[in-house]
Amino acid sequence: MTSILEILRSAWRNPRGRTGALLLLIVAVAALVGPWLLPDPLAQPDILAGGLPPGVGHPFGTDQLSRDVLARVVNGARISLGVSVLAVALSVTLGAAVGIVAGYWGGAIDAALMRLVDGALAIPRLFILLLVLAVWERVPVLALILIIGVTGWFATSRLVRGEVLRIREEGYVQAAEALGARRRRIIFRHLLPNALGPLLVAATLGVGDVILLEAGLSFLGLGIQPPTPSWGGMILDSREVMVSAPWTGIFPGLAIVVTVLSANLFGDALRDAVDPRSA
Amino acid sequence: MGGWLLRRALQAVVTLAIATALLFVLMRAAPGDPLFRLSADRPISQKEIEVLRARYGLDQPVGRQLAAFLGGLVHGDLGVSIEYGRPVTALLAERLPATLLLGGSVLLLNFTVGLWLGVRQAVRRGAREDRWLTTLSLTGYAMPSFWLGLMLAWLVGVEWRLLPAAGMQDPLLSSDAGWLTRAGDVLRHLVLPVLTLSVVSIAATMRYQRAAMLEVLHLPYIVTARAKGLPERLVTWRHAWRNALFPVITLFGLWLPILVSGSVFVEAVFAWPGLGSLAAGAVGGRDYPLLMGASLLVAALVVAGGFLTDVAYALLDPRVRIG
Repeated sequence: MTSILEILRSAWRNPRGRTGALLLLIVAVAALVGPWLLPDPLAQPDILAGGLPPGVGHPFGTDQLSRDVLARVVNGARISLGVSVLAVALSVTLGAAVGIVAGYWGGAIDAALMRLVDGALAIPRLFILLLVLAVWERVPVLALILIIGVTGWFATSRLVRGEVLRIREEGYVQAAEALGARRRRIIFRHLLPNALGPLLVAATLGVGDVILLEAGLSFLGLGIQPPTPSWGGMILDSREVMVSAPWTGIFPGLAIVVTVLSANLFGDALRDAVDPRSA
Repeated sequence: MGGWLLRRALQAVVTLAIATALLFVLMRAAPGDPLFRLSADRPISQKEIEVLRARYGLDQPVGRQLAAFLGGLVHGDLGVSIEYGRPVTALLAERLPATLLLGGSVLLLNFTVGLWLGVRQAVRRGAREDRWLTTLSLTGYAMPSFWLGLMLAWLVGVEWRLLPAAGMQDPLLSSDAGWLTRAGDVLRHLVLPVLTLSVVSIAATMRYQRAAMLEVLHLPYIVTARAKGLPERLVTWRHAWRNALFPVITLFGLWLPILVSGSVFVEAVFAWPGLGSLAAGAVGGRDYPLLMGASLLVAALVVAGGFLTDVAYALLDPRVRIG
């Protein structure tokens, strides 16, 4: 068994993993501190400064409503990272819980849960979200996090179930069972810690997926609602001014690419650390 | 094989049934009223709402609604689109070919270029080319398809005027143009959407092929092939790749959901007249019957894709059906 610390250390030694982790750290710091340092994108300082190209004062230019694009991108980072990290935390927790129940209890519970997961996985997550979100006129951010989180655990539960089925047969679990250990002890002392590695990989890669998903929903007008800045919403707004002010669309897109890429690079390095054969 | 096939087919049917039930519950359990959009557009009296409620069966108990829905489903009736006022099945059937053309082209590109690149990566594992290709494909994978689509439409379509950036046919094309001209026109319109979807999806194909190839490359029979002096090209393609192709077949099943979701955005950006833009439009117009019908069709495609993948796998690899 490799501990989480060893996995993280091994991912850090991987050059691509380190690049991903550092980039992710930069984005996270920008998301945390940036909004204090940059002008409030909702305040409109100068109505004559609309649609300015990138230059001194506005490194990413301004949009049609004379809002600083850099400030909006940085504020969008806060929303994007916040939504995806919280939603993924929720999905991973749900997935782990269902996976452990299915894998450890087995029998009819397992069969019923896995049929349900099969059915749910047949509908692409985007379509589930479209159906649920289309009813709302304005989706509160918290509700968005909950909905994305609740629709994302299916694949994780299958992964955890597989791990549990494997670990359950290991000598140390059998020994613990033979010693009369309680179920709770076996789950929290043996099953969960040993499944943490694959869970960490799934969570890291999941963050990238959810950032893309949230951006897509906002692009369709279903996710984060204006005037709250979100990367997908900014790209949607830029559609109409793409020819006259392309920078309003280029920068939020680049922000998505950099963030998702770094999450995936780090997630890949973690995967290599958990399962060295895949390197 | 017969028993296995029957069990697998039954499983597919059960999966689709569960997916259908889930979709129905989702739509009914979601907070909000499907009719609120109508009342938001213009003043609408309580009485009109009652009439509409009765027409769409929304005044019935949920159990009866489900029964009516399933009854319609059996007869191929998915209800009437709110926005278009036409049967959902007819709309879906109209839009399916364009999506199949788009998705098929993307698959073709993935299963030629993607596989080839994956094999090259595996052969040169750890070399500079392998690392660069990995970084490049991961970058593509990190791109939102709608953003890449917008960028390409803007640069290639508007700034450079190289290719059409919207639609599937040139509206100015004369109606007596020959089929060759027409096909060429559609092909030109196809380039940008296919490119967009391929860039954001080829990473998965490359990665699978690379991993499958690496598994095979260290097996003894490869060492034997090399030891008897076979040219490396033959070892790679004839000996290794043949066996490394099996795992990649499973990709097809995983692939469909990604492709369909991606096509929602790409079709919306390029105004491609397929299922994706239909679904995106249904979201904007809060057209539930249409959205529901599109989701059902997608679920059916995904289940059928998974089934066919498993059957192909079983035909190629006897261990699946026996073990």
